[in-house]
Amino acid sequence: MKSTLKLTLGLASAMLASTAASNVAQAEDLTLCWAAWDPANALVELSKDFTKESGIGMKFEFVPWTNYADRFLNELNSKGKLCDLIIGDSQWIGGAAENGHYVKLNDFFDKEKISMDDFVPATVVGYSEWPKNTPNYWALPAMGDVVGWTYRKDWFSRPELQKEFKEKYGWDLAAPTTFDQLKQIAEFFQKREIDGKTVYGASIYTERGSEGITMGAMDVLYSFGFQYENPKKPYEMEGFVNSEKSVKGLEFYKALYDCCTPPGASNSYMGEGVDAFKSGQVAMHMNFAFTWPGLQKDENVGGDKIGYFVNPKGPDGDQFAQLGGQGISVVSYSDKQESALKYIKWFANKDVQAKWWSLGGFSCLNAVVKDPNFPSSQPYAQTFLDSMAIVKDFWAEPSYAPLLQASQKRFHDYVVAGQGSAKDALDGLVKDWTSVFQDDGKM
Amino acid sequence: MLNRTADSVARATPEPLARKVRGISDKGLAWLFISPTILLLLAINIFPLFWAIYLSFTNYRANRPNEVVKNVGLANYKRILGDQDVWIAMQTTAHFVFWTILLQTLIGFTLAWLIDRKFRGHAFWTTIILVPMMLSPAVVGNFWRFLYEPQIGLFAYAISFVSGIPPTDVQMLSNVSLAPWSIIIVDTWMWTPYVMLICLAGLRSIPEYLYEAAEVDRASNWRQFWSITLPMALPFIMLAVLFRGIENFKMFDMVTLLTGGGPGSTTEVASITLKRQAFESWRTGYSSAFAIILFVAVFGLANIYVKALNKVKQR
Repeated sequence: MKSTLKLTLGLASAMLASTAASNVAQAEDLTLCWAAWDPANALVELSKDFTKESGIGMKFEFVPWTNYADRFLNELNSKGKLCDLIIGDSQWIGGAAENGHYVKLNDFFDKEKISMDDFVPATVVGYSEWPKNTPNYWALPAMGDVVGWTYRKDWFSRPELQKEFKEKYGWDLAAPTTFDQLKQIAEFFQKREIDGKTVYGASIYTERGSEGITMGAMDVLYSFGFQYENPKKPYEMEGFVNSEKSVKGLEFYKALYDCCTPPGASNSYMGEGVDAFKSGQVAMHMNFAFTWPGLQKDENVGGDKIGYFVNPKGPDGDQFAQLGGQGISVVSYSDKQESALKYIKWFANKDVQAKWWSLGGFSCLNAVVKDPNFPSSQPYAQTFLDSMAIVKDFWAEPSYAPLLQASQKRFHDYVVAGQGSAKDALDGLVKDWTSVFQDDGKM
Repeated sequence: MLNRTADSVARATPEPLARKVRGISDKGLAWLFISPTILLLLAINIFPLFWAIYLSFTNYRANRPNEVVKNVGLANYKRILGDQDVWIAMQTTAHFVFWTILLQTLIGFTLAWLIDRKFRGHAFWTTIILVPMMLSPAVVGNFWRFLYEPQIGLFAYAISFVSGIPPTDVQMLSNVSLAPWSIIIVDTWMWTPYVMLICLAGLRSIPEYLYEAAEVDRASNWRQFWSITLPMALPFIMLAVLFRGIENFKMFDMVTLLTGGGPGSTTEVASITLKRQAFESWRTGYSSAFAIILFVAVFGLANIYVKALNKVKQR
């Protein structure tokens, strides 16, 4: 009887202890919020090391891109405690900083000797700083990303196509360096029969619902001379947004859409672009660099069949690319800010960043990307580096959402629906953006 | 038997509880039963409505919790009613509502009339016809997107087969003129069975003796249809139109899945504009005013319609 009692007491104590231990572990768990995409899976793998080192468990809340902004901005606006850490889009930084959603990291960086000079400058400005170009940091650059292009190297290297192309356009068929060349190549491949299948010139961004067509059009407009505002007078947009050069750029984007995209590609973004390229529909494919590791590994179009090139130059030789990517921030409503900061400290470590790159994430740490072996570490590494050197980003103002919505509408109305002219679209955009800034009291 | 059961229940009720229950009037008991529902309604319907009305007079933005909320009077309403984009969205909605209701009523009533003939296998065909309505709109939207796909979609191939136009030129979702119709087709495909069901209920409620009397009077089939079938089924048809009208006025899911409001803004119905203003632009005050305007419009139209429906029923 005594031994039975002891056994019962022992079991009860063990159960109590294990419950308490699991409660403690749960209390220490951090939740990291991000988009549901390939790099997020890599981060799950990477974070296992953090749990091993610190004993802090990691939970993840990943939301598809189409709902990513809605879901997490709602969470932040309602001061929710779901996310301890968030990898928020670069354009959120202004609003998140001004509305107190993110913890300011300057003191923490100073204390832990994390220097922003150790990161690629464009990513620091794009992902961490608000106001821009001031040393006020709200995030650690986490996932470098930029719009670039992939192409079918195997098709480009076919002698019969090379010969025909040279006869038609007078230059060798190769990855384009200017947008004119890009359009010629796209025209050349449009509706061409390759291996018994009809293929098309290029897949570009045309998506209406979130940010697709803006990312795509801006990627072209920058190199044509588009500017968001007068560099000497902030928020003065007349003559910059709707300059002659900008109009030419938008006309070019429409011409590219009309002449050289697959049928029905009127609502394409990242996923649709990847599908078009993977299924062998297109010769060239505009997309963010995060898609490249997956495409490189693809059995049908990856390996030796795929090539990468930086966003081409515009008519005046200007060359820019649309910045993507995100920084990682600590949510100010989290009760576990200390643990979250530990994660940031761990993530900033050079070895962790090197592993991040090897797993398919795009590190922003100079020590990783400036390593002499980096360009040869992946077939797309050099293109990524070159692209990151020429980035520009959309407005990161607190009102970025209405600014984005206006450009989505204006660009889609003109490029896809064919309503009005490029000049009308850009004039309308100046009007819409002016109204947003007036509402904000900035004009 | 029933009295005996009631007696035994009464006897089994503990005396203190029985005393308490005896102390409550019928009215009190009724309130006791309906109060949870009323409280729930107040919490999730009435309070948000009044809150939205309050917000519609402010400059509140849900993404700027630290900003001072100012009363802007009727400014939001004025801005909405003067906004050309809003009127375009309302026109798009009206176009969509008109054509879907017209097609669904015509096809739905015809199908109901045919099914009511009780031909051999009519039960099987009724089940088949009802299938689209049982599917989730998300599923329907996605598979129609594939059906409309110009390169691999069956719809494009069917049109190509009939017309000789290459399937890749049949771009239902990309073409400005065709995109609104692509949504009307899907909505009609999905919801015509619903209209059919209501009409069928109407047709089955017509007493057989009316037709027998008409036969005795040697009334033609056509005359029987115009003088008996249609007038007797009209209240049901009108009810179906009311339900579909209200539903389609707030159409969101199908449009989002098929076109996302595009190409350009050609299929941007009012509910999509509202969602964009509320949850993408975070203009909460403005979008609350827009929601109130839509609510008043639907409520007003529905009221007028219900009055007309009652008149028809009284005839």
